[in-house]
Amino acid sequence: MTVEELKGLKSDKVVDARGTACPGPLLAAKKAIGDIQPGQIMEILSADEGTKSDIPKWSKKQNYEYLGSIDEDGMFRLFLKK
Amino acid sequence: MANELELQVKQLEAQLKELQENQPKDQLSIIVFSGDLDKVLAAFIIATGARAMDSEVKMFFTFWGTPILRAKNKSGKGKDFMSNMLGWMLPKGSTQAKLSKLNMGGMGTEMLKSVMKKKNVSSLESLIEVAGELGVEIAICQMSMDLMGFKKEEMIDYPNLSYVGVGTYLSDAQESKIQLFI
Repeated sequence: MTVEELKGLKSDKVVDARGTACPGPLLAAKKAIGDIQPGQIMEILSADEGTKSDIPKWSKKQNYEYLGSIDEDGMFRLFLKK
Repeated sequence: MANELELQVKQLEAQLKELQENQPKDQLSIIVFSGDLDKVLAAFIIATGARAMDSEVKMFFTFWGTPILRAKNKSGKGKDFMSNMLGWMLPKGSTQAKLSKLNMGGMGTEMLKSVMKKKNVSSLESLIEVAGELGVEIAICQMSMDLMGFKKEEMIDYPNLSYVGVGTYLSDAQESKIQLFI
């Protein structure tokens, strides 16, 4: 998805993992994914650039659809569909 | 002809079943041999990350890794002189682990710990706790326990802790797709 499309998304769940470093964001995502239903959208906020590589790989392994990320000043917003 | 085919299919099915049974699982097994802070940190970051990826994780603590799992405020009873000496010389739990490089009499380790805090990197203690919550299994080498004179009652409270021999590690490793020695 393009950044514009991502910006227009309405996330069903936002996970703020900006206060943690690796593997914090991954653990936070794993914990939160149980709260949403298949088809719903989860957004992960991270300040750790490694998360941008980790979340797509994690999504692939768990069979979630990774939608893309937006770089905002000092943080990354990553979107996926369960 | 039909019988022959049937036989071949049966043989193939048996072979396939055998292959599937021998296939390594989505499992990670880590030998933690080192007791260095940096190395044990890496081991626990990988272990907890793997649980987030839904892989089974088995950690096998041996030799210098063993003292990392001692509880800070517990002690073992009925030790002989040598065991007491060793117990005194070896680190008592994760908080006493030192860096493998740049320790500089403990100054480097303290500096790293303070930088970790500043940069929101989890401490070894909290990673061990998280690993327990996530179901990372820890097995301690019984021979290392005996050698260093540690008693089970002086080890940390951890939900999935067992004391095993090398055979257990080998059988777990055989079933694991990923194996690490740290």
